[in-house]
Amino acid sequence: MALDRKIAYINLTTGKIEVKPIPLDVRRKFLGGRGLDAYLLLNHSEKGCDPLGPDNPLIVSGGILTATCASATARTHVMAKSPLTGLLGSCNMGGFFAPEMAWAGFHHLVIKGKAEKPSYIYIHNGEIQIRDAKDVWGKTTTDAQWAIRDELNDQEVKSLVIGPAGENLVAFANVMTGIKNAGGRTGMGAVMGSKNLKAIACRGTMDIKIAHPVEALEYNKRFIDQITSAKVNKTQGTLGTPMIWGATNSWGGVRTRNFQYNQCEYADDIEPEAIDEICEDTMGPYHMSGCFGCQVHCRAQYRIPSGPLKGKYDEGPEYTSQGAFGGETDTPRAETVLVGNHLVDQYGMDNLETGSLISWAMELYEEGIISSKDTDGLDLKFGNDEAVLEMVERICFRKGKVADALANGGIPASKTFGKNSFDYLIQVKGMSNLHSDERATPGLALNIATSSRGSDHLRSRPAIDLYHLPEKVLKKIYGNPIPYKGKLSSEHTEYVGKPWQVFWQENCYMGVDCLGICKYHTTFLGATLPNFEDWPKVLYYNTGLEFTPEELWEISERCNMIERLFNLREGLTRDDLEKGDMLNHRYFDEPTRRGAIDVVGRVIDKEKFVKMVDEFYEHKGLDKKGKPKSKTLKRLGLANEPSHML
Amino acid sequence: METKDKVLMINPEKCTGCRLCELVCAVKHDGVSNPARSRIKVMKWEMDGVYIPMACQQCQDAPCMGVCPANAISRNDELNKIEVDYDKCIGCRSCVAVCPFGAMGFNSIERKVFKCDLCDGDPQCVRFCEVQCVEYVDADDVAVLKKKEAAKKLYATSNKIALKEA
Repeated sequence: MALDRKIAYINLTTGKIEVKPIPLDVRRKFLGGRGLDAYLLLNHSEKGCDPLGPDNPLIVSGGILTATCASATARTHVMAKSPLTGLLGSCNMGGFFAPEMAWAGFHHLVIKGKAEKPSYIYIHNGEIQIRDAKDVWGKTTTDAQWAIRDELNDQEVKSLVIGPAGENLVAFANVMTGIKNAGGRTGMGAVMGSKNLKAIACRGTMDIKIAHPVEALEYNKRFIDQITSAKVNKTQGTLGTPMIWGATNSWGGVRTRNFQYNQCEYADDIEPEAIDEICEDTMGPYHMSGCFGCQVHCRAQYRIPSGPLKGKYDEGPEYTSQGAFGGETDTPRAETVLVGNHLVDQYGMDNLETGSLISWAMELYEEGIISSKDTDGLDLKFGNDEAVLEMVERICFRKGKVADALANGGIPASKTFGKNSFDYLIQVKGMSNLHSDERATPGLALNIATSSRGSDHLRSRPAIDLYHLPEKVLKKIYGNPIPYKGKLSSEHTEYVGKPWQVFWQENCYMGVDCLGICKYHTTFLGATLPNFEDWPKVLYYNTGLEFTPEELWEISERCNMIERLFNLREGLTRDDLEKGDMLNHRYFDEPTRRGAIDVVGRVIDKEKFVKMVDEFYEHKGLDKKGKPKSKTLKRLGLANEPSHML
Repeated sequence: METKDKVLMINPEKCTGCRLCELVCAVKHDGVSNPARSRIKVMKWEMDGVYIPMACQQCQDAPCMGVCPANAISRNDELNKIEVDYDKCIGCRSCVAVCPFGAMGFNSIERKVFKCDLCDGDPQCVRFCEVQCVEYVDADDVAVLKKKEAAKKLYATSNKIALKEA
């Protein structure tokens, strides 16, 4: 049974390992995955704990449906206090790690302490060992995974690893599995590095009993048909996520030159079709690959087509790399994007944060806030491909003053650079924004401002807002499972109804993250994809647990509130530019300069933005300062947190 | 469904490596999720982006059948498959050792050998494989389909244009 997967508490300082079952009442309150991780983080960390200290718990999990007969249950979630933001650290990735961990007997790991020497954890069919990583430390993410396989003499082992960036405590070092599946955001790789933990390796052949296998199989088929029939997923399965970058760039939603423009010109070389051509030329006509059990297969394969790294194999690039190493830095060249993508994959570093910070530094260079003296002669101007790639390496290995400062994250770096450098930094809560530009889309702006892990598109983005769906259709989607009586607007430039959409999406994404399935299998990019109404059946057939859509909604609300409680405990306030639900002034002051006719010349209206935040807080049951009302906590069963149920 | 001459045809190039076939195989046969129980298995060379599903070829002159000392393995002509009679099987695993494709497995929990039974004519790996890497086709058609694929490649190479039509 999925429900008999265990939780393990591993102390790297003492070597003590404790294994416990996950009680049913905990499952009914938090399901698993990210939701339960948030509960564990709140309960196993002290206020103000040092993100890079031994007391910061690193929590690794799969969802309640991981490796069951539901579609695309590949997601691994990692949580800890973030060294990048000082608030909630959380990342989520595809691949094959979480299913292997589930077959090895575990759904959740809580890792505390610090190993005396470089180590890795090996989990095999219920047994956990802490092993010496002396032959693995220092290696790139792929070399490390293969070295572990060789050492354990088992090529089926799946590992979650850090690269040199994690070892060097780069504040946005990621965790990786496979070639390019990355838990990129909030620096979970640095937390691992701080614990001297190079990897977690899993191998499992333990049955996960399916509660109602015949029904689960049939329902999964229906689910998959629904998912693969969506046009957006068909396109994803052909072009991968680059298609999103191409589409967004066409109307002017892509940050370019940090935040100076909202559309990348002369981008033919990195348009999705151009990238796809390189994949086809180097890997053949069938160059798309998939995560565990997923029929969307959005991950492209490629070899670097030219230059010094010609022939190196990698996967992707995701649209984040197009943005990070193409648009933001104004270097729209395929080789730069593909090499940049390869470097961050190998070093284990968040592509999105890396590119954002490099483009920020480029703007500071342009403004004269940093000079070529600070960059040791590197000409850090926009459009300089070599400088972009050089900076990736310098950041990973903390070479030179500028790169070393950037490796600490945007806000600390702004303190090093001084002057008004902070004004140019496109971040929320200390985390850089995706390459997207939200000035023409108030709903998306509210999403990044209020997301629990900082500026982020995967926490609450109402992406279907861009499809101009009729209000009738929007009401149908956003009026379930909880009725919504207010107005909704088909216009992406409008403010009305957006707070509810963001609130609804926040709960929807928490739902999939607790289940352990991918967001491409829910109402993210496809308006027709499954959500609360469909999940009870999947849960019942696979686990035997019965829920109503309303109950699942409430679980999502509860888990989101737990994340907020953690953030509030660690200093979240409403308007603070460093730790608040607030956007950089440029969103309000600098109109967009390019894009479609309804996009050009846009800013976010501050007054309306404040009203949106008010309304969003109201939906969440928060007061005007963003703190939960006591009746909300009571309603969600969170009046006595931390409650130490687990 | 006419299954007499049908076989599994695997086009490794098309495999996305997702292993859904392994999952549904185990769920269908054993009611559990566990790739170790799957009759079909995707072999991977991840650093080269190569994934190749391997399954029983239901050989005409099956080595497993020949080696079995208990005569427990026989050909089912109706479904065009090789099957194990567990009443006769002594669990010696000679068939596991002799299979050139590694298609005979041994379930270490139930202490039994296991192999692909084509889901009695409705192979789930085929049903769930959206990219049609695993197909269930008439044995006669395999060569024709392969010819067409190869011809398509030849055309693309000599004309520098890929044919869009299947």
